[in-house]
Amino acid sequence: MTRFILKRLGSGLVVLFAVSVLTFFLLYISSGSIARNILGDQATPEQLAVKEAELGLDQPIAARYFSWLTDALGGNLGTSWFTSEPVASSLATRIPVTMTMVFAAMILIAIIATLIGVAAAVKRGWVDRVVQIGAIVGDSIPGFVIGIILVTILAIQLGIFPATSTISPGEPASAWVLSLTLPVIALLINGVTGGAQQIRSAVIKQLERDYVRTLRSRGIGEREVLFRHVLRSAAPAGLTVLSLQLIGMLGGVVIIEQIFALPGMGPLAVAATGQSDQPVVMGVVMYTVAVVILVNLIVDLLNGWLNPKVRAS
Amino acid sequence: MSTTKSAPLLTVDQLVVEYPSKKFRAKPFRALTDINITIGRGETLGLVGESGSGKTTLGRAILGLAPVTGGKISFDGKDISHATRKDRRVLSRDLQVVFQDPYTSLNPALEIGDILAEPLGVQGMEAAAAKKRVKELLDQVGLPSDAINRLPREFSGGQRQRVAIARALALSPKLIVCDEPVSALDLSTQARVLDLFLQIQKDTGVSYLFVSHDLDVVRHISHRVAVMYHGEIVEQGPADIVTRDPEHPYTQRLLLASPVPDPDRQEQRRADRHRLLESQRMQHEQAGVLA
Amino acid sequence: MTESVETTALTPVPGATGQTGTVVRSTVLKRLFKNPLGIIALVILLGMALLALFADVLAPFDENFANISKTLASPDSVNLLGTDSSGRDVWSRLLFGAQLTLLSALLCAAVAIGIGLPAGLIAGYYAGKFEAVSNWIVSILMSLPGLIVLLTIRAAFGPSVWIAMIAFGVLISPSYFRLTRSAVQSVRNELYVDAARVSGLSDLRIITRHIFSVVRAPIIIQTAAIAGVAIAIQSGLEFLGLGDPAKATWGVMLSEGFKNVYLTPTLLFWPAFAMALTIGGLVLLGNAIRDALEDGEKIKHRRTRTPGTDPVTGRRPTAAPAAVRPSRKSVPAVDPGTEHHLVKVTNLGVGYPQADGSIKKVVDDVSFHVDRGEILGIVGESGSGKSQTAFSILGLLPDNARVVAGSIQFDGSYTVAPGEERVSQERLSKLRGKRISYIPQEPMSNLDPAFTIGYQLVTPMVRVLGISKAEARKRALKLLTDVGIVNPERTFNAYPHEVSGGMAQRVLIAGAISCEPALVIADEPTTALDVTVQADVLDLLRELQQRLNIGVILVTHNFGVVADLCDRVAVMQNGRLVEEGPVRDILRNPQEPYTQTLLASMLEGKEPMSTLVSPLQKEPVA
Repeated sequence: MTRFILKRLGSGLVVLFAVSVLTFFLLYISSGSIARNILGDQATPEQLAVKEAELGLDQPIAARYFSWLTDALGGNLGTSWFTSEPVASSLATRIPVTMTMVFAAMILIAIIATLIGVAAAVKRGWVDRVVQIGAIVGDSIPGFVIGIILVTILAIQLGIFPATSTISPGEPASAWVLSLTLPVIALLINGVTGGAQQIRSAVIKQLERDYVRTLRSRGIGEREVLFRHVLRSAAPAGLTVLSLQLIGMLGGVVIIEQIFALPGMGPLAVAATGQSDQPVVMGVVMYTVAVVILVNLIVDLLNGWLNPKVRAS
Repeated sequence: MSTTKSAPLLTVDQLVVEYPSKKFRAKPFRALTDINITIGRGETLGLVGESGSGKTTLGRAILGLAPVTGGKISFDGKDISHATRKDRRVLSRDLQVVFQDPYTSLNPALEIGDILAEPLGVQGMEAAAAKKRVKELLDQVGLPSDAINRLPREFSGGQRQRVAIARALALSPKLIVCDEPVSALDLSTQARVLDLFLQIQKDTGVSYLFVSHDLDVVRHISHRVAVMYHGEIVEQGPADIVTRDPEHPYTQRLLLASPVPDPDRQEQRRADRHRLLESQRMQHEQAGVLA
Repeated sequence: MTESVETTALTPVPGATGQTGTVVRSTVLKRLFKNPLGIIALVILLGMALLALFADVLAPFDENFANISKTLASPDSVNLLGTDSSGRDVWSRLLFGAQLTLLSALLCAAVAIGIGLPAGLIAGYYAGKFEAVSNWIVSILMSLPGLIVLLTIRAAFGPSVWIAMIAFGVLISPSYFRLTRSAVQSVRNELYVDAARVSGLSDLRIITRHIFSVVRAPIIIQTAAIAGVAIAIQSGLEFLGLGDPAKATWGVMLSEGFKNVYLTPTLLFWPAFAMALTIGGLVLLGNAIRDALEDGEKIKHRRTRTPGTDPVTGRRPTAAPAAVRPSRKSVPAVDPGTEHHLVKVTNLGVGYPQADGSIKKVVDDVSFHVDRGEILGIVGESGSGKSQTAFSILGLLPDNARVVAGSIQFDGSYTVAPGEERVSQERLSKLRGKRISYIPQEPMSNLDPAFTIGYQLVTPMVRVLGISKAEARKRALKLLTDVGIVNPERTFNAYPHEVSGGMAQRVLIAGAISCEPALVIADEPTTALDVTVQADVLDLLRELQQRLNIGVILVTHNFGVVADLCDRVAVMQNGRLVEEGPVRDILRNPQEPYTQTLLASMLEGKEPMSTLVSPLQKEPVA
């Protein structure tokens, strides 16, 4: 077990390394005009040269990458080229906002999609049709458009929810929840409809398996067959979808945060990439990829726990 | 009909088939060990054994679908142990196959006519000539000519197997490897398809390597029979001797394990089987004591 | 003499035929056009494509023409949908936006297919190193959050829609890769590909002819989905203001509308509507193609002759056997004088409702009984209805099955009373596992792979007999010993994939007798086993049956098995009972021609190489 985890963590590190090299190189392409972007049009060539030296831009790419890497391994992600704020601290203030939304949405998707998917698979009939139609509608509208619609109707027209964030340290928790409700709904609708579809077809597939009939013939009750046996075998399909949805959500949340003016990682990422603010971009990319790797590892472990055959190999 | 004195059509000499293990640096899996068989012209060699005995692998090795790691396969005087795809194209005129599962051995997306024309097209036959040949083939296996424009799924298992036989016959081969061709069929269908195999042999003088797990089937269709067990041939000889009075303990067990359709004779056979198992167990124990 | 007489009996597979018996073959495309949703999708997408294609002609204004004296105007005859905050015509911008949006979606899909499809074909067909390397690349690509990467790409290459879409195409290409690879892997070892290899077809020919046809439809479905995602992503980038400001796109229009949401919320509506309509069209198209394919599958998949397969749709029972509403009226008593039969089936008819409202009968007017300690064999070929009969006694028929006639009584009371449409789950759930149990055909697929064998033996005993787990465990170990398993402790703790098929069948037999039932229904219990294992399992069944004095219904196609075990035999054909009687009478002196034909097909005792089916016995031409 520990060997498996170590192996997966190892390969995760390799992925992280590969992504860092790739991102660093991509940012290098646009780094030519950085100094001018920072100092403005009036800057003299001398000032530009000084700035470039200060940022280490005069050095070859390999050396720059190596110095970033050693710093990063030592826990120092550098400081923003534009705001001079340490990357680690600006991430630290923004991660909680983003991750609260993403994980809240994830958990809600898992619960709601499972309930709907199982109901559709078992009941069939109108429940199934509603789920199918819901899936088509859900798939048809991108999450951020749902966000816009929610803001327009529920916040701006009806005023039930705040249109923009009220997240600041002094606010009570209820204000927090209230201001995160709409963004989380916008994030999760696509996930729920897609996830419910997957769970539905996985459950139907399992219900068709021979062993289900044998369990019934042994006098095992319908509820136990469904929740202990069928759902367990259907779960890996659901988990895989969930992990893919999480990856998508880490991107989608950027736009959602923009719509709701939330101080999460989204605005940071947009601003930093717009300016080619290399330390910040590297920080954001590394963090998100690390989250993805970790979640994938957890999904693999869960799958192993659910399926003894996987565990053996 | 029996083997002529001339060189046999197919000779398999000390064949070894090994599959590389999926696991890193593990020992390869040995599917066949030291296989020696021959098949004469117009002769049927029955190959019988249980699942995992290697009987299917032997057929696939001859067809070039399993890796030959040792020994030699000669067909019509030529060494085909490591024939290339190009060699196979030439070889396919004389060496053909009928698989077990008539449901997956035909591409569900292709019409029967296209399936049958495929081997003809590979040999460069013109479309018109191929079509004529396809009609002949359908007639030969007892299918109506309107089958040409139909899809496999419109046919029953037995009929599909006839299509598969027609495909094998398309190029008038000298040897057909039949891999459990009647195992997936109902009893009465099985009887008809066996009749067809025999009729074709009578008409064309083709040879069969007939692979089956069913001793009754093998006895019915074969001139000679080889028995496989754990990747080796444990016994081979004339069909009636091997299938009625076998020498090898495994073949003896196999023979008595297959139930007969009469309660009293079956009771007798059951008793015989228990006696055999008992005596083999005692022999085994004695051998163990001696060793 | 050829035997064309017999085989021209081109009996079409049931299910592949329409009511008239003629074969109706419809291609996927035809089925797609028959589906109203498919037509709606095609109309929407075609309409969008035409609007985009002729945007230059249809648009009254240039996309960036701004009439600053007329900002945020309501729709009128000049500006059909009004103007935005810079006085630009919304309708014109919508059209040009369609152009750019559709093109970028196409570009993205083209890039993704261009990379994913060939890579998937090669990896799937040849496997080996190429597959290992591409799998690794795929796992990297798939762990990248798309939008973040696109932001980075934009930082590097500037605000180009096309570069963004190419990058996104690369990012999403794993979806095609995985789809193609698994499709290829599933057919790579199909026997028809082997047959093509034997015929000497080149790899290229095999891939184009036999393999590409398999991935074609899934690729189209996938493309519909991916194009939708590409539109969403592209619009999202534009919405964030990361696109080319000189271009009108739906995303930019959304952003513009969102800025003016307090003044003119309708500005939001049109781009959102266009987007939802287009993506919705793609989603519908994908669904319609999938449905069209699955309709074809239904017929194709009849090949699995697994009992319990619904002979009508080719589907297995899908949902739980629907519980019949507990009927208030009491169940009538069985006919006096028949109470002593363990099970009695009277004039049973089982059918499946068809699309046209008729009912297709798979079991028709079947009657028999089984007494305690007696073994009844039900013999027949595939499609004879023998398994359907057995499952109706167990109450495990597929959900859509109807009992159309007759009754079933068990131990003196009805489980299906005359006139009832369905098997009463209420009555049968009390009997199943406890009084009636079941031995399936395929040992491996009938054990839940996720649970140990011990768990699967213990739980029914705990539930049915109400004994403690420890007690049940003790009994399970004893049962495993009873069915001839040498090391019961180890088997108890093993998972199903860790034991052999013969062992798994012994476990299933142990499970069937664990609660000391009065009746065991064994559905082809030895068919999946090797002959020598079959003989052992038959010995085991006989020994247990005699020791426990249980009644057995043995469904089989093998007369040898019948001779070995059964006291009486019922022969079935096409849902009807042909003949029934003591085993010696039926096997030695069959009265019905069908039974005679079946027995004549047996090879045992036949002259080798003789013709088995005489022309007289051949089936009539259908």
